[in-house]
Amino acid sequence: MNNQNRIEKNAMREKIYKIASFVAIGIIAFLFAFPLYWIITGSFKTGVEINSPKPVWIPTEWVIDNYQRLMSKRTAPLFDFSFGGWSIKMFGLVFSMNKFTITGPTVPAAIRWLINTVFMSVTSMLITCVTSAMAGYVLAKKRFWGRGLIFSLVVCAMALPKQVILIPLLREMSTLKLYDTIWAVIFPIVGWPFGVFLLKQFAEGIPTEMVEACRIDGASEWRTFTDVMFPMIKPGVGACAIFTFINSWNDYFMQLIMLISGKNLTISLGIATMQGENATDFGLLMAGAALASVPIIIVFLIFQKYFTKGITMGAVKG
Amino acid sequence: MANKRISVNAKTRRLMIHETVTSYLFLAPFLLFFIMFVVYPMFMCVYTSFFDATMGREDIFVGFDNYVTLFNDPVFWTALWNTLIIVVVSVPVTCAFSLWVASVISKMHVAATSLFRCIFYLPVVTGSVAVTMVWKWMYNYSQGIFNYVLGEEGLGIIEKNINWLGDPKYALGCIILILLTTSVGQPIVLYVSALDNVDKSLVEAAEVDGATPMQAFWKIKWPQMMPTTLYILVITTINSFQCFALIQLLTSGGPRNSTMTIMFYIYHNAFKLYKYGYGNAMGVILAIIIAILSAIQFKMGEEK
Repeated sequence: MNNQNRIEKNAMREKIYKIASFVAIGIIAFLFAFPLYWIITGSFKTGVEINSPKPVWIPTEWVIDNYQRLMSKRTAPLFDFSFGGWSIKMFGLVFSMNKFTITGPTVPAAIRWLINTVFMSVTSMLITCVTSAMAGYVLAKKRFWGRGLIFSLVVCAMALPKQVILIPLLREMSTLKLYDTIWAVIFPIVGWPFGVFLLKQFAEGIPTEMVEACRIDGASEWRTFTDVMFPMIKPGVGACAIFTFINSWNDYFMQLIMLISGKNLTISLGIATMQGENATDFGLLMAGAALASVPIIIVFLIFQKYFTKGITMGAVKG
Repeated sequence: MANKRISVNAKTRRLMIHETVTSYLFLAPFLLFFIMFVVYPMFMCVYTSFFDATMGREDIFVGFDNYVTLFNDPVFWTALWNTLIIVVVSVPVTCAFSLWVASVISKMHVAATSLFRCIFYLPVVTGSVAVTMVWKWMYNYSQGIFNYVLGEEGLGIIEKNINWLGDPKYALGCIILILLTTSVGQPIVLYVSALDNVDKSLVEAAEVDGATPMQAFWKIKWPQMMPTTLYILVITTINSFQCFALIQLLTSGGPRNSTMTIMFYIYHNAFKLYKYGYGNAMGVILAIIIAILSAIQFKMGEEK
C-alpha cells in the first residue's frame, strides 16, 4: 500500500516536472525568437514608433521608409570587371594590353553588397565541396605516405582560433594583390579544413568493399570517385555545402579585415559600416539587419535537415 | 623462396607508390588552399611574433621583445582577465543549459523537437552583425526595451534607466548574455542527437528495476554522452575565446576597458595601430592558452 502510494507520488512529481519544464522551454524559446521578431517588425516601423521609450510591440502602421532610406544612403555600380593592365616583352617586341573596366549601372549599395555576399558564399561553397569531397575520400579510404601528418595538421588547424592567422593572411593577400577583393575572403574559407574532416567521417562509413569492387572491375581511380564514392557521400556533401554557405555568409571578422572599398563590401559588413555613421537610426539598422539575415535564415530553414546532420557528423569522434 | 619475398615486397612497394601518387592528386586542390591560406599563415604568425613588423617597411628582428612588452602591458592583463571571465561564465552555463533543453525537447514529438531545435539555432544563423544591431537597440538607454521591461512601467526591478553598455559594471555581463544566446544552438543539436543514440535497452532495464528518471539520466545516459560533452566543452571554449563582433560593434572594448578581450585587443593592435608583430605575439599566447585548456578538458574526459 505504502509502496503504491510512493509510486503514485513519484509519477505525480514527474508529471509536474514535465509540464513545468515544457512551459519553461516554451517561454525561453519565445525569448530566443524575439530578437528576430524585433528586427523584422522594427524594420517596418515608423520613426516615431521606433524612438518611443514605450516599446510598440506590434507596429500599428507598416511602412517601408527604413528600406528606402537604406537604399538611398549609398550607391555602387551593379558590377564591375577589369581586364588587362599588363605588358610582356618577348622576342624584342612588347605586347601590352591597356587596362579597361566594364562598369554596370549605378544601384543602391545594399544591392551590390547582397550580390557580393551571394557570390562569395556560393563560390566558397562550390569549391569547398569539391576539394573536401576529394580530400575526405582519400584520407578515409587510402593508405599512403604522409597521411598521418596531413590528418594531424587538419585537426590542429581546426582547434586553432581562426583569427590568429588573420594578420599573416592580410599581408599575404596584399602580396598576392588580392587584398580588397572578394577572393581574399573566399580562399581562406576554402582552405579551412572543417569540410575535409566532415567528409572524411562520412566516407569512413562507406564500406571499403565498394571501392575494392570497383578496382577489380577495372574502373579508374577517378571513375571510382565520381561514380561510386561521390553518390554515396552525397548527404555529407550536402551538409558540407550548407555549413560552408551559412558560415561564410556570417564570417564577419574575415570580411572586416579583407574588404575596404564601398563596392566590395558584403551585406553584413556594409550594415556594420552604416552603423558607424548612423549609430542611433535604429529603423535603418533594423532594415539592414533584416536584409542581411532573412535570406540566410530562409536558406537554413529549407536545408535544415542537412545542416543538423553536418553538425552531428562533424562532432562524432571529434 | 627469398626471391619470391623480394618480388612481393617490390610489388607492395609499387602499389604503395601508386596509391601515394593518386592520393596526392586527389588531395592537391585542397592542399593548395590549405597550405597557402591556413598552414603558411599559421607558421608566419609564430615567425612574425619575433619581429617588429608594421606596414610599408621591412620587419626588424627583435627576439622576445614583443612578448616582454606584452607581459608588461596592463591592458593585456585586463583583456586576459575579461576573456577568462567570459569563458568561465559562458562555458558551464552553455553546457548545462543546452543539456537541460535537449533533455526536455528530446522527449517531445519529433516535429516539436525539430521546431525547438530550430528556434534555439536561429540566433546563430541570424549572423553576428544582425544580432548585434538588434541587441544594441534593446540595450539602448532611452529607446531600448530592457529599460522599459525592467523599469517602473514594466516589472519594476530597476528604479531608473540603466546605461547598459556604457556602464563598466554591466557592460561585460550584457556581452556575455548575447554570447550565450548565440552559442547554445550547436550544443543543443549535438545533445539531442546524443540522447537519441543512448542505448534504450539499458534505460528500460533500469526503469524496470525501479530507477527514477533522474537516476536513469545521471547513471546511464550521462556517461554515454561523455564524448559529446567533451566536444561541446572544447568548441564552446574556443568560441568564447573568439567572441569578437559583439565587442567591436557594441563597445569597442570600453567603457574603461571593461569589455576588452584578447581577440579585440589583437584586432586593435594589428588593424588599428598596425603593430603586426605585437598582435601576432598575442595570437601565439592565445593559441597556447586554448591548446592547454583543450588538453586539460580531454584529459579530464579520458579519466572519467
